[in-house]
Amino acid sequence: MQEVVLDLEFIIGHYNYWLFVILMMTGLYITVSRGNLIKKVVGLNLFQTSVFMLYISMGKIEGGTAPILTGDPNTVYSNPLPHVLILTAIVVGIATTALALALVVRIGEEFGSIEEDELIEIEHELDFAEESAEASPVPGQGDANKGEPGGK
Amino acid sequence: MDHHSILRVVSKLLIPPIIVYALYVQWHGDFGPGGGFQAGVIFAVAFILYGLVFGVEAMTEVLPTSVIRVAMSLGVLIYAGTGFYALLVGHNFLDYESIGHGGHHAQEWGILLVELGVGITVASVMIGIFVAFASRTPKLKDEDW
Amino acid sequence: MMTGISLAAIVNVLLFTFLVMTAIAIVRVRHLFAVAMLSGVFSLLSAGLFVALDAVDVAFTEAAVGAGISTVLMLGTMALTVTREKTTKRSPVLPVFVCVVTGAALVYSTLDMPAFGTAQAPIHEHVAPDYIARTPDDIGVPNIVTGILASYRGYDTLGETTVIFTAAVAVILLLGSFSRKKQKRTDKE
Repeated sequence: MQEVVLDLEFIIGHYNYWLFVILMMTGLYITVSRGNLIKKVVGLNLFQTSVFMLYISMGKIEGGTAPILTGDPNTVYSNPLPHVLILTAIVVGIATTALALALVVRIGEEFGSIEEDELIEIEHELDFAEESAEASPVPGQGDANKGEPGGK
Repeated sequence: MDHHSILRVVSKLLIPPIIVYALYVQWHGDFGPGGGFQAGVIFAVAFILYGLVFGVEAMTEVLPTSVIRVAMSLGVLIYAGTGFYALLVGHNFLDYESIGHGGHHAQEWGILLVELGVGITVASVMIGIFVAFASRTPKLKDEDW
Repeated sequence: MMTGISLAAIVNVLLFTFLVMTAIAIVRVRHLFAVAMLSGVFSLLSAGLFVALDAVDVAFTEAAVGAGISTVLMLGTMALTVTREKTTKRSPVLPVFVCVVTGAALVYSTLDMPAFGTAQAPIHEHVAPDYIARTPDDIGVPNIVTGILASYRGYDTLGETTVIFTAAVAVILLLGSFSRKKQKRTDKE
């Protein structure tokens, strides 16, 4: 492409993409920086919805209408293909969200915490317990340690 | 939620229109906005509302978990069955030309069948996931929220 | 013409403002009940934006799924785990840096994109006009989205339905409620 001219027309034509990027990055920030697993899932949802909005906004035609046939040959329709893609993506998205939340529930029940920092600590403790069990010749001690993972 | 009488009455009033609306969205998906995905979710919402207000036990008496399990696979089977029917009578997989009188008539019927499969699967999947979450014993009481 | 554009622009800018405000609120709030509600609000606002962008089917689905079902599932998860997020000890510098760099790269890539709403954009030049032109003759249903979803791309939709089915099977396997309930009942008896 030729050199980009940052005039008002260009900004009006592109500000919506930038806003979607801002929303996307907010979702990414929540996913990366927050320790709580439920909050991470919310962040992923935020990111996902922003991607949907980006796709749909690319399919919009100025002066167009929703892609439902009106019978008038002069009607301009917005692009229906992104709509089809995103429609199925939303439903698959809720299915995967439900799966993620189910995993969160199981993690919470098994370890007694859904905070990432605490989970990493518990994991370290478990690793340490396993190693010491392997090192010591006393039989049965390793099993006893494994039996109580959510000691916190 | 036995003490929330307003919630109970209002949700009882709301559930029948929600189901009727879901059926409208299901069968009018080819004329206006709507279709199997949306109708399935709206249909599921009616049952989820009932489950939230009156308890999951009451909901699973209306719709037993065995029915949900069967319906989940039935929807996919209807969809794939439409495809295999076309295959068996000598067309390509999911070629609706084999249904009914061909042409637009065949397309309408093919779309209706396929959307019905999608609707049944989505509705029962959403209800099933809700039941799976809600029938675990919650740690919280009403006041904790 | 002028008033039409400005009205649509005002609606879009309002929706955008609310969306960004909701997103920032989700970052800052620690009470997970409020977070679940705010994510429902976010979904509802995005459904409004989808209507403004002519995607009525998508708006319908987003309103039902995002604002309805996913909020209920999040509240269910909260009821089984915790209601408050704990403060994390990690510094936010690295996440902010990652987001700023990724965001800058994405913004840089949008500079090459065609302006919003242009009819000559590449996305509108290839298969899309073909689908719009052929749907009345081939399928005969007024809703083009349904025509593509269930007929032209019926094979894909079969795949999506199978994905949803598989996800539900996985959730039921993980939470195991269906068989557990029977156990409880026999215990009581």
